[in-house]
Amino acid sequence: MTTPDLLGKILQVVMGLVVLAAVVGLLIFFIDKAPKKGRDYWQLALFLLPAMLFVAIGLVYPAIRTSFLAFQNNAGEWSLDNFIWMFTQPAAIRTLINTVLWVALAPVISTVIGLAYAVFIDKSRGEKYYKVILFMPIAISFVGAGVIWGFVYDYNGVGDQIGLLNAIVVAFGGEPVQWLQTDPINTILLIVIMIWIQTGFAMVLLSAAIKGVPTEQIEAAELDGTNAWQRFMNVTVPGIRGSLVVVFTTISIATLKVFDIVRTMTAGNFNTSVVANEMYTQAFRASEIGRGSALALILFVFVLPIVIYNVNVLRKQREIR
Amino acid sequence: MSSVAPADLPIDKELADGEAAELAEREPGTKAARVKKRLTSRTATIASLVIAVVWTIPTFGLLVSSFRPAELIRTTGWWTIFQNPGFTLENYATVLFSTSSSSPQLGSYLVNSIAITLLGTLITLVFAAMAAYAFAWIRFKWVNWLFIFVFALQIIPLQMSLVPLLQIFSTWLRPMQAWLHDIVPIIPEQNYLPLWLAHAMFGLPLAIFLLHNFISDIPADVIEAAKVDGATHGQIFFRIVLPLATPALASFAIFQFIWVWNDLLVALIFSGGTQDVAPITQRLAELVGTRGQEWQLLTAAAFVSIVIPLIVFFSLQRYFVRGLLAGATKG
Repeated sequence: MTTPDLLGKILQVVMGLVVLAAVVGLLIFFIDKAPKKGRDYWQLALFLLPAMLFVAIGLVYPAIRTSFLAFQNNAGEWSLDNFIWMFTQPAAIRTLINTVLWVALAPVISTVIGLAYAVFIDKSRGEKYYKVILFMPIAISFVGAGVIWGFVYDYNGVGDQIGLLNAIVVAFGGEPVQWLQTDPINTILLIVIMIWIQTGFAMVLLSAAIKGVPTEQIEAAELDGTNAWQRFMNVTVPGIRGSLVVVFTTISIATLKVFDIVRTMTAGNFNTSVVANEMYTQAFRASEIGRGSALALILFVFVLPIVIYNVNVLRKQREIR
Repeated sequence: MSSVAPADLPIDKELADGEAAELAEREPGTKAARVKKRLTSRTATIASLVIAVVWTIPTFGLLVSSFRPAELIRTTGWWTIFQNPGFTLENYATVLFSTSSSSPQLGSYLVNSIAITLLGTLITLVFAAMAAYAFAWIRFKWVNWLFIFVFALQIIPLQMSLVPLLQIFSTWLRPMQAWLHDIVPIIPEQNYLPLWLAHAMFGLPLAIFLLHNFISDIPADVIEAAKVDGATHGQIFFRIVLPLATPALASFAIFQFIWVWNDLLVALIFSGGTQDVAPITQRLAELVGTRGQEWQLLTAAAFVSIVIPLIVFFSLQRYFVRGLLAGATKG
């Protein structure tokens, strides 16, 4: 990087800040100078203006347009070709199956490990440090995590194994495996990365929820002569049900949209592709806009029931309270 | 994974030995019960230790490797570091500062990441705070519907807006970028503008929702009192709401910071992939693709890319968790 390059970048940031400050300043100026008649109305509109503009251009219009594009072929004619492709081509079907596998495994395993860990370390000495260890991967990008685990999964044709997993296999007398190129274990190993990242998230939320379960209830159950497992299943789990739902759905949605892991590790080769990665590949690499849009729409359809279920559960909980 | 879950879960108390003995003296209980309690908590301790170790080892291996000479990384496992000692900073020097065209030249991308994240976070935060204030404190009947609508936008996956947004950007934003380049030639034609805008667009629904939760919790008396004193909405927003909402703003800022920093998808589509604009995640993904076996470069590059979010995470962890809890439990 040369000095002028750096200067150019700094200048961009400074200009960005100045423009942002100017926009906000101008808005506030007009907000305070709004006409007396319908004053609140004007002020409201101006406060909301930038956010609504961004949301309309960045989300509302594009989502509608993508829904239309999904039903058009490359020539712009209406057709169902994209969906026929998605449900008939073996590669595309495999993508759908993989996505289902991801959503079936990652949220469940992350939540279970996160919950177990939260329970184990609850009120233990050094709980804070224990938590940070598991929570840390949250701050690491999927790409960074990809490199970290790529090194664990590394394969050497000749000589010592430098990948941890193969080194363990060899130490037990096995043959080294090309993990990322072996179907179907490669998909599972990619899911492991997702679990590694998300478990900390589950653990932090569930740990907070566990601390919210009234100790009186647990003590009462203890007096009734229940063992620890019974207390856990009958008192703690019902007590944190709301948080469990939130954790589970949040990870499910994140998993559905997972793109970076697959992109970095295998780019979707060796039968590892998922819908989100295939959407990128079709729309931006193969210029199959229709197919990409159809995949995006499918993703939306997958996410929809999870979100609706989540909203319903929360609404019911509010009513109970 | 169920193998790590012992049959007996110590939900009640897992105390250190000294405390447990002390407690046993105070509480009635047989010796057997005491021993059982110690044992179950030991199983739990071991299980949590195993999980903690498994979770740390991959990152630790990466960190150790990034300081080993290329030759040693290629031929020996990082866990043999004591048998095959070697320490070097050369990997970092190569990825960060080497100007040779064959090196990763990460320095440039690191600056991009900082620039993208700085404004990608700030724009979202400012506009979200304004919207959240309006939603919370300016009353109109239909405003609630609009708020629910904005909240509902969170169910739109990013993927759904990429194609049309790229088309909008190439028709409308591109001329503006070219114009910017013409008047200030030092600014490249591919600049940060699309990335800043895209990150703000995608981050706003969640940001508005979270900040609204906090801002609507400000006592009504405070705001009414200011109104009685003749304060305008602009003054209330700047002098009262923003200072009172600072913890919420901070926690969301960390959120958005880590999210934008770690993003790959938005960068791939809107950055153009050049050294002028692309963030470090994009460069790292590229290196994995082209130099997947040069672990001396990959490990150092990966560590450079994760060190800043890790610093932010460790130093501001408390706010981060607070934001997480607010977002997940109030939703």
